[in-house]
Amino acid sequence: MTDATDTNAGVRPVRASAGRRGSGRAGTALAPYLQAAPMALVFLVFFVLPLAATIVVSFWQYTQYSIEPAFTAQNYGDVFYGCLADLPRLCTTFLTYLSTLKFCLIVWVTTLTIGFTVAYFLAFHVHTLKIQVICFLLCTIPFWTSIVIRMISWIPLLGRNGLVNQTLVGMGVIDTPLEELLYSDFAVILALTHLYTLFMVVPIFNSLMRIDRSLIEAARDAGAGGPQTLLHVILPLARPGILIGSIFVVTVVMGDFLTIGIMGGQQIASVGKVIQTQMQFLQFPLAAANAVILLAAVLVGVWALLKLVDIRKEL
Amino acid sequence: MTDWTKTSRRSVLRGAAALAGTAAFPAPFVHAQERVTLRYLSTAVNQSPAIAEKASEDLGIDIEYIAVNTDEVPRRVITQPNSFDLVDSEYFSLPNLVPSGNMKGMDASRIDRVGDLASVIANGTVDGEKVGWDGTAPHEVLYLEGQEATSFASEPTEWITLIPTTYNADTLGIRPDLIDREITSWASLLDPDFAGRASILNIPSIGIMDAAMALEARGDLTYGDKGNMTREEIDATIAALIEAKRAGQFRAFWSNFQESVNLMASGEVVIQSMWSPAVTAVRTQGVPCIYQPLQEGYRAWASGFGLPRTIEGRKEDAAYEFINWFLSGWAGAHLSKQGYYPAVLGTAKEFMEPYEWAYWYEGAAAEQDILAPDGRLLEEAGAVRDGGSYEERMGAVACWNAVMDENQHMVRKWNEFIAA
Repeated sequence: MTDATDTNAGVRPVRASAGRRGSGRAGTALAPYLQAAPMALVFLVFFVLPLAATIVVSFWQYTQYSIEPAFTAQNYGDVFYGCLADLPRLCTTFLTYLSTLKFCLIVWVTTLTIGFTVAYFLAFHVHTLKIQVICFLLCTIPFWTSIVIRMISWIPLLGRNGLVNQTLVGMGVIDTPLEELLYSDFAVILALTHLYTLFMVVPIFNSLMRIDRSLIEAARDAGAGGPQTLLHVILPLARPGILIGSIFVVTVVMGDFLTIGIMGGQQIASVGKVIQTQMQFLQFPLAAANAVILLAAVLVGVWALLKLVDIRKEL
Repeated sequence: MTDWTKTSRRSVLRGAAALAGTAAFPAPFVHAQERVTLRYLSTAVNQSPAIAEKASEDLGIDIEYIAVNTDEVPRRVITQPNSFDLVDSEYFSLPNLVPSGNMKGMDASRIDRVGDLASVIANGTVDGEKVGWDGTAPHEVLYLEGQEATSFASEPTEWITLIPTTYNADTLGIRPDLIDREITSWASLLDPDFAGRASILNIPSIGIMDAAMALEARGDLTYGDKGNMTREEIDATIAALIEAKRAGQFRAFWSNFQESVNLMASGEVVIQSMWSPAVTAVRTQGVPCIYQPLQEGYRAWASGFGLPRTIEGRKEDAAYEFINWFLSGWAGAHLSKQGYYPAVLGTAKEFMEPYEWAYWYEGAAAEQDILAPDGRLLEEAGAVRDGGSYEERMGAVACWNAVMDENQHMVRKWNEFIAA
């Protein structure tokens, strides 16, 4: 983030001066565009074009074995099939989004709480850079294996005959194994929190490290206690980090279907899974319409988050 | 451009091969011909390395496997018909594949044993008795009107859609050590006694048929055709499933082979829809598991070789050569020893020991230990195959895997079930 801002800052004067001179050499004026070109090209080919194709296809017609160019809103209508007619009972799409939003909110709270605590500890209680780096690396160790393995490793732990249940029964805490540990909302939230907390830790830690320590000292001198300093000084200054972390977590959880599928025993709906099922049955235009709606929902979420903090100003 | 490059590379290769040939055998009659490689598209379960090795040895044809999952096979045929030379596809995909125009009818006169194909595939009978035809029964989609036709023929013709590779009859898998009574009906899948310990598969077209078997067995619903339900039948089936789900009947759903094995082996689930090799996989972990025959019969499936529209020349010849070899016995015996049934039974028998044939096909107790083709112990002497003989198992087929006319509505309702 810092790097990006610095580059922009460095580029702007060049352009400005080129513009002022008017007759500046073409090469100088072009340089920033050329520098940006590779990234722009990658973006165009691997992001803009596929996205445009998805949007176009979402208006096409399909049969069980073909898709045909057309311009119909039928697919969007199908996504919201029964949503108005069945009110007040919620339709599949609303239920699915509601369930996904629920996970988003809960996982956001859990990752934020844990992430902030870890970042706070790293930033304020670990004093040497070396130890900080070591602790940080420790946090990333789970990321050395694949996301699926990290998820699946919960299963032998939480299962009916898993380690947790065996221990609890062995200790006499419970008589019969707890069924709700695995293939439940709890399992999904646990796995998502486990997978994505680091996405909170990193940006918050970055924000906390940039807080001028003399501000905290000043707060203490002015008579603020620990909680007051945290609430009125540290938290507001950590806002950009919290926001960036939140955007990561919210967007990833919104699109997740693997974790919800595996940890929820496939019994919990997710938008991603709906799209996958539709693609399996070659209903590409319908899947594309769903994808476009999901994208819109995520963008609205991000937009709302950005409204809370002016991230450009804060960085 | 592409063609030109290909031709030129090929001719260079041919030239080089010819040169090499001349150098090694300076006899005038030696004709150097490059080996043919067939790109074989199917699910990983159907791709035995031993078959490819043996074919290469016997025929000089190299098999290059392209492994994808069940749903990806038809998707690949429809979207990338140039990316393979031979496809091993399920028959129930045909109502989608054939109208797409990407498949080529196979010339029956070039298949040596076309008259010996198992009757259950060729005309839907076992020992002259008609089996259940609900769903996409293979004989209904076996023939085309013409080589390039995009619709099926109701009578046998010269043009065949798929030559069978493997087929089998699916039923429920159970854990006999964790269930203390006899299971005799599909209705047990929805029995509240097994609440929280049952599972069905999250592949809508197959899952809904298993649910239909259970509902019909319980007497809740009767279907005109379980493999091609009406909208009302779909709605009623899904409503019943949602009710069961809300009552906590299902522990989890599974969507691939390995998940079903894990659910069963770990004891999370004691009764579930299952595939035959998955039952074997649970047993090889030392966990008791039975592929329970049920009074209502089996849900069957069949898979077979098809050719893409674009195949021609040497590749096409090689494909026919490979298919004829496949039906000649070695491959059939290899698959039989894994519990599948092959297209031609007579030739497979020639490549099996009598005690193996008796165990796999005649429902007899194993005279000696039954080994898998790779030498692993499958069953100890004295064991009997679940469901018994070929005639008992395939003869009791009630319905076939299918794609319904109301497919779109079914998928939508299935998503509703998952979200409920």
